[in-house]
Amino acid sequence: MRSLLLIFLLLGCQMALGAAVVTEYRLDNGLKLVVKEDHRAPVVISQVWYKVGASYEHDGITGVSHVLEHMMFKGTDAHPPGEFSRIISENGGSENAFTSKDYTAYFQRLEKSRLAVSFELEADRMRNLHLQDKEFQKEINVVMEERRLRTEDKPTALTYEQFLAAAFVSSPMRIPTIGWMNDLENMELSDLQAWYQRWYAPNNAIVVVVGDVEPEAVLELAKKYFGPLQPEEIVPPKPRLEPRQQGKRYVNVRAPAEVPYTVMGYKVPVLRTAKEDWEPYALEVLANILDGGDSARLTRDLVRGSQIASSAGAGYDLYDRQAGLFLLDGTPAGEHTIAELQQALFEQVLRLQETLVDADELARVKSQVVASDVYEQDSSFYQAMKVGQLEAVDLDWKLADAYVDRINAVTAEQVRAVAKKYLLEEQLTIAELDPLSMEAGRTPRSGSTGGDDEH
Amino acid sequence: MNTRPAGMLPGFICRLLLCLSVVPAAHAMPDIQHWVTDNGVRVYFVPAPELPMIDVNVTFAAGSVRDDGQPGLALMTNTLLDMGAAGLTADEIATRIESLGAELSTSSLREMATVSLRSLSDKSHLAPALGILADVISRPNLDKEDFERERERRLVAIRRSEQSPSTVADYRFFQSVYAEHPYAHRVSGTEESVKALKLDAVKAFYKRYYVARNAVVSIVGDLDRKAAGALVEQITGALPEGERAAALPPVPLLKQAEEDRTLHPSTQTHVLMGAPGMHRGDPDYFPLYVGNHILGGGGLVSRLYEEVREQRGLSYSVNSYFSPMEQDGPYLLSLQTRNDQVDEALAVMRKTLRDFVDKGPTEDELVAAKKNITGGFPLRIASNSGIISHLNMIGFYDLPLDYLDTFNDKVTAVTQQQIKDAFQRRVSPQTMVTIIVGGEEQVSSGIAEPD
Repeated sequence: MRSLLLIFLLLGCQMALGAAVVTEYRLDNGLKLVVKEDHRAPVVISQVWYKVGASYEHDGITGVSHVLEHMMFKGTDAHPPGEFSRIISENGGSENAFTSKDYTAYFQRLEKSRLAVSFELEADRMRNLHLQDKEFQKEINVVMEERRLRTEDKPTALTYEQFLAAAFVSSPMRIPTIGWMNDLENMELSDLQAWYQRWYAPNNAIVVVVGDVEPEAVLELAKKYFGPLQPEEIVPPKPRLEPRQQGKRYVNVRAPAEVPYTVMGYKVPVLRTAKEDWEPYALEVLANILDGGDSARLTRDLVRGSQIASSAGAGYDLYDRQAGLFLLDGTPAGEHTIAELQQALFEQVLRLQETLVDADELARVKSQVVASDVYEQDSSFYQAMKVGQLEAVDLDWKLADAYVDRINAVTAEQVRAVAKKYLLEEQLTIAELDPLSMEAGRTPRSGSTGGDDEH
Repeated sequence: MNTRPAGMLPGFICRLLLCLSVVPAAHAMPDIQHWVTDNGVRVYFVPAPELPMIDVNVTFAAGSVRDDGQPGLALMTNTLLDMGAAGLTADEIATRIESLGAELSTSSLREMATVSLRSLSDKSHLAPALGILADVISRPNLDKEDFERERERRLVAIRRSEQSPSTVADYRFFQSVYAEHPYAHRVSGTEESVKALKLDAVKAFYKRYYVARNAVVSIVGDLDRKAAGALVEQITGALPEGERAAALPPVPLLKQAEEDRTLHPSTQTHVLMGAPGMHRGDPDYFPLYVGNHILGGGGLVSRLYEEVREQRGLSYSVNSYFSPMEQDGPYLLSLQTRNDQVDEALAVMRKTLRDFVDKGPTEDELVAAKKNITGGFPLRIASNSGIISHLNMIGFYDLPLDYLDTFNDKVTAVTQQQIKDAFQRRVSPQTMVTIIVGGEEQVSSGIAEPD
């Protein structure tokens, strides 16, 4: 019989996330449990997060985290392939799973009294997955179809994949979550077995429950189902920090397409790596000054103003596990060229470095953040996502609570400071999609085998 | 707020494409309040005091079915609404809305053209946001310069859509299934039809269809009935009464099977198979809905998923669905597979469909499907966004106000025999359209099936 260690937070054991109460526990096998009460409806969201994803992988086995996610539906000794999904379905539930560079997560959404159904099945497959070659041979084909659907046949996705692989030389940020096709073609069941053994354990997992539940009752259920599971010795991945970029990089992607596209990124820190912890929040504000809606600069100035862009965007993820990129992308309008669009984007960067953003713009971004914080509470799934995404990269879920205040504290000077410090040409990677004629391309392509897939 | 660049991969990938549908929360079925304003707007309202926010959705019967020989006209009109109104420019509208933290959006489909607003519910935020919504609906500028710019953007979007084998397949599917019917042409229009659009036609379209009697307003949020009444008056009071759009013509049945192959420079071939299916309020709605859930609608558990993906690993995404509309919307089965496997995958899909139509579901399948649908239904209408999408559907298609209350009972009442009977009358595998878009020139297997 295992006892449980209650984690006490700063002001007792409960804190508010948004309007609701959050309670946090850790079982003595290391499993972390976060329960958020949302009593609006008799519904519960249950998510199990594992600290593993593409950024934990290395060359030769890229995509293994995601393939394993697929195989997690292929049975244990207690439940043959397909039974997991049948049981959830018959309980009125819906379910799915997702893999990113930093985590792999599984979820169900159920009527509140059915939470035990989820816990029993998830606990079983956390340690007792029965990886079978027969199932693997079929599922690896499904994953290759998924890669064709998401990447091979989408010229912008193909461009983005090549872009990331060029922007990062050593950091695993370069690895596509779906995996390179050739690695998928050569993946073996033993790769999956080793990966499962290494990462799927209670001390590498976070269970997040959001809904019309009582935290103590959820804890009792977690004890019952997850409590008996044995922990594993978890060896964290090596740091694999990216060496400093020494100059601008340029990638040209030729693929059958109708319209050109460009994406560019500057190396920037994230919350986990920033020496000054306000900087990631200033970069968030910067992203929203450029692309926080139809009144933001890229749409206002480039789409409606100069009409150089048909569409343009900016993006930044402050919660990544490793240092990442500040992204800009777009498609030129009408007769305008990719070069003109890139020049217009550079001018936007220059303006941010030279001139303080207007007080009105800053106020607009802050109003949006405050309002979004309310709107997000309409989705209990999203609430659970916020907790899981942070905990999965060893950030405290309470940072989500602090987000509005941190954004509100950002000044125009700080926005200019991060623009000057990080949006540097020598830290830039630019990719452009150079469309090949769709007509000329109407011949079969060979995928990645043999390295002869260039046209 | 969107901080992810357009066209970029999402940060994670799902086991199924549909994994991020909105998730919900509401105890009993929502209590729908309905009234009609003096000028003829139909209103549907559900109070939701839990969160300090309000969703408003204004939908007009002004989708592409009203294009009348000018494909793309309905969408262009809808797009221009928030590109300037009551003398404000697009920049000014966007700045005012976003400074309030509100979200204003437009969308236009085959039947519905919508303007939606999400706002905080306190008066200092809500009142100015509603003022802008009123202007956008009732006093759009429909300015020449905005029109020319948005037309250019539309042309780029149309060209970009031609890159996607799934979009190309979708275009061809609707064209083949609906031929001369207003459902046939693409919502965006074609390069030729969009180039030919005239601003005068946009103005005439707006004047005809953006009128009170052609509008449905849905509201969910932190306000009471009296405030909802005032809200509707504020946003639609200035609309002329006008007239409701005419009923759409019925959809003719397909007379014979048709197979259409298009070469595309892709590594996968996309297959769409189907025919006209059913309409909103259809007497066969429940048997067809529950039956399809078993055949290909049930997420990770369905016959098509089992046969095509789980047993053979042929496709990542495989499913089937009815898309009920005012008239018979499509019944559609779809998959994508490596180019050289398309004939095998298509044969499996056809055999699975034919078996189901011939024999119907098993008792076990029916029991399991009912448990999933009835157990999952409350979850679909638990969030404000889940409720408002159902309100909009109920209002637009004149469905009964007890639609949500009776939904589970009607699902529970469906029998094996009803499903078999409805599928045999309404789904004919022998007269379906099959659209195949992919990267390799191959000889058709015709409609032959495996033995």
